[in-house]
Amino acid sequence: MTINEQQDEIIEEFELYGDWMDKYEAIIQLGKELPLIDDQYKTDDNLIKGCQSRVWLHSEYKDGKVFFTADSDAIITKGLISMVIKVLSEHTPKEIADSDLYFVNAIGLNSHLSPTRSNGLLSMLKQMKAYAVAYQVKELNTQNNG
Amino acid sequence: MSAELNIEEIRKDFPILDAKVYGKRLVYLDNGATSQKPVQVLETLDNYYKEYNSNVHRGVHLLSQVATEAYEAARKKVASFINAKHDHEVIFTRGTTESINLVASSFGKLALKKGDEVLISAMEHHSNIVPWQMICEDKEAVLKVIPMNTNGELLMDEFASLLTDKVKIVSVTYISNSLGTINPVKEIINQAHAKNIPVLLDVAQAIQHVPIDVQELDVDFIAFSGHKIYGPTGIGVLYGKEEWLNKMPPYQGGGDMIKTVTFAKTIYNDLPYKFEAGTPDVAGAIGLSAAIDYVNNLGLENIQQAEHELLKYAMKKLSEVDGLRFIGNAKEHASLVSFLVRDIHPFDTGDILDKQGIAVRTGHHCTQPVMDFFGIPGTVRASFAFYNTKEEVDLLAAGIEKAVMMLS
Repeated sequence: MTINEQQDEIIEEFELYGDWMDKYEAIIQLGKELPLIDDQYKTDDNLIKGCQSRVWLHSEYKDGKVFFTADSDAIITKGLISMVIKVLSEHTPKEIADSDLYFVNAIGLNSHLSPTRSNGLLSMLKQMKAYAVAYQVKELNTQNNG
Repeated sequence: MSAELNIEEIRKDFPILDAKVYGKRLVYLDNGATSQKPVQVLETLDNYYKEYNSNVHRGVHLLSQVATEAYEAARKKVASFINAKHDHEVIFTRGTTESINLVASSFGKLALKKGDEVLISAMEHHSNIVPWQMICEDKEAVLKVIPMNTNGELLMDEFASLLTDKVKIVSVTYISNSLGTINPVKEIINQAHAKNIPVLLDVAQAIQHVPIDVQELDVDFIAFSGHKIYGPTGIGVLYGKEEWLNKMPPYQGGGDMIKTVTFAKTIYNDLPYKFEAGTPDVAGAIGLSAAIDYVNNLGLENIQQAEHELLKYAMKKLSEVDGLRFIGNAKEHASLVSFLVRDIHPFDTGDILDKQGIAVRTGHHCTQPVMDFFGIPGTVRASFAFYNTKEEVDLLAAGIEKAVMMLS
């Protein structure tokens, strides 16, 4: 599934929910499905700044694709990361770096998250794109050298 | 006088309490962060801007005179509310934070030198930590901290031993914003004064709940914000004893704080203007005065009684929630509860409460050292005002139960 197909699927799913409590239930459920970060990567270096709760994010580059794992001490935050990882993980660095994450606005997250929560989400997205760009550069360097 | 307040009638004075959030009735339990404003304050602000908005202390024209009189009447109102000896001991600031910064900076310049100590407590708001750190760094002075126990009570024995001749000022909070502890401020002041050490009280969380008489307390400085006592944001108060304020150098320079200015030398104005550079928040001061009228009209003792009832009820109701634990169990406790439920992150609890229309605060409440002390990421805090009801406490308890159900 492409990044946009994945986003459209989430948007469609969220359209089914009546009110925000239902949406939150779904986000919490997603939190439970988050691909958890290996304990060895739960370091201060992998902590994302700008969250009221603590968020660790780790990325791995395998066969031309980026794989993300993460964790948080807050379950709703976990749900949000889980959603973003669902959309961005297992894609090429270029796809991730070029992605336009319209699902955040489309499902109304931007207007329903508290500012601290949406700032946290933003820092998370920024960090993921930063990883992707770093892998892109690395890839480019290998090609040039090789 | 202890006439029972008619809360149902009183609530009509606060239009915002009828607001809906997410289509649900607002239950506002974040009064520790800021209180709501009665129409009496809102109308005062409206009238000021519609009828006599003008700059103060400057104009030859009628409106400026009317505005100046109202502004100075507000100062008098504050002075009498806290029973200051002189009106000019009341300095208008932007809020508690600016008041403390003013004292830290000016008193620090006057009295602190290398090796001196400033004594604060383990439960201070960042605004009563950072300004002192800044001046201590500047003067090579040392910041010392009165420790507390796990109930959130100051260790008074430790305080006594920390009170050495090196200490030049003690700056503590009257009521802790994150734990609700009411500190034994009279005892703190007495002990400090026995050694001729002045005391600043941060009364941001006390001024709206407890009658404060600065002469009876014999306190040297108090700092508070208008917006926490049903007044507008942007206005605050520093009370300082005349003898200190006269000795301290000005905090900011500008208009209004001068008598004469030449390029060679400026002669500063008298109190209180020496500390009020620039155009003050005239509307804010007049609004604060209206808020004090409102509080006086209800009676601070009545407010205190109503809030105490709410606190007792909330403690009882919330302790029935399975897995809920209070953070801060001081015997002397103000009308706020800080708590955690099971191992649920306070941010999650607060979020689910919010979606049910219940406004609380979550996080470290600008008291990170307190959270570090308890080894927790933060708490959920519900802080009550007299206009809150037992029914709202019930909604909070039910809201927490719902959050627990969803989150665990």
